[in-house]
Amino acid sequence: MSDSMKNYEVTFIVDPVLSGDEIKATAQTYVDLLKNEHCNIVNVDEMGLKQLAYTINKRQSGVYYCIEFESSNGEFMGNLDLSLRRDERIMRFLTVALDKYGVKYNDDKRKGLIGKKKHEGRKHETEQVRERETRQTPRPPAPKPAPPAASVVTPPVVETETKLEDE
Amino acid sequence: MANTRDDIKFLSNPNIGQKRKKYCRFRKFGIKYIDYKDPDFLLQFVNEQGKILPRRITGNSLKYQRKVATAVKRARHLAMMPYVSDLLK
Repeated sequence: MSDSMKNYEVTFIVDPVLSGDEIKATAQTYVDLLKNEHCNIVNVDEMGLKQLAYTINKRQSGVYYCIEFESSNGEFMGNLDLSLRRDERIMRFLTVALDKYGVKYNDDKRKGLIGKKKHEGRKHETEQVRERETRQTPRPPAPKPAPPAASVVTPPVVETETKLEDE
Repeated sequence: MANTRDDIKFLSNPNIGQKRKKYCRFRKFGIKYIDYKDPDFLLQFVNEQGKILPRRITGNSLKYQRKVATAVKRARHLAMMPYVSDLLK
C-alpha cells in the first residue's frame, strides 16, 4: 500500500424484497463501479439480513453490505454517491474515510483477532481476554483482588473476638 | 489500610460508601477505533431512550467521547440504532 492511497468504506442497505441473486448483483454493481474508478477493493463484507432499528421505505429489515477499498484520490465519490442515490434497490448508504486505526481494526476483524463485538486488535491475547471480561461486567477487575485478600485475613480475628464478647 | 488494623473493628464494610473512580475505558484498554457497525457495543453509551450519555456518566475522555458520538450517529443513520425509542434496554 503506497502512502498516497487512502482507505474508504461504503456501507449500504439493499432492499430485502429482491431475490438473493438480485441482491448479490446489486452489490456487485458497486464493486465494479469502484473498480472502474481505479479503486482497489480490499474486502467485500456481506453482513446479511438484519432487523432495522426503524422503518425505512416501509421495510423492517435490510441486507447490509460493506465494501472496504482504497483509492488515491476522492474522485470516485461523485459517481458512487450519484448512483447509490439513484438506485432504488439501495435503502440507505454511508461512505466513510478510514483512519489508520480503522484500517487496522478491519484487518484484525477479518483475521478473527477481534471477538464477535470486540475492538481494536491488540497484540496480547491475555489483554483481549481481560477486555472481554470487563465488557461483560462493567466494573474493572483490577481493584477487586486487593480487598478480598484483606478480608480473608481479618475474618478469623473478628470471629474470635465476637465469640469472646458473646461469652 | 484502616481495615487491616486489628484494634479497630467496623460492623459494616467501610469501603461500601466510597465512590469508584471513573476512567476512560478506551484509554485504559488501548482501544483506538470505535466501530459504527457494532450496535451492541455502542448500546453502552446511550440511555434507554437512545440518547447519547454525557461524559459525566460514561467517564470517557473528550477525544473518545467525540468518537463515540460520531459512531452512534453513523449507526443511527444506518438504522442499526434508533434515533428515538423507549425501553431500549
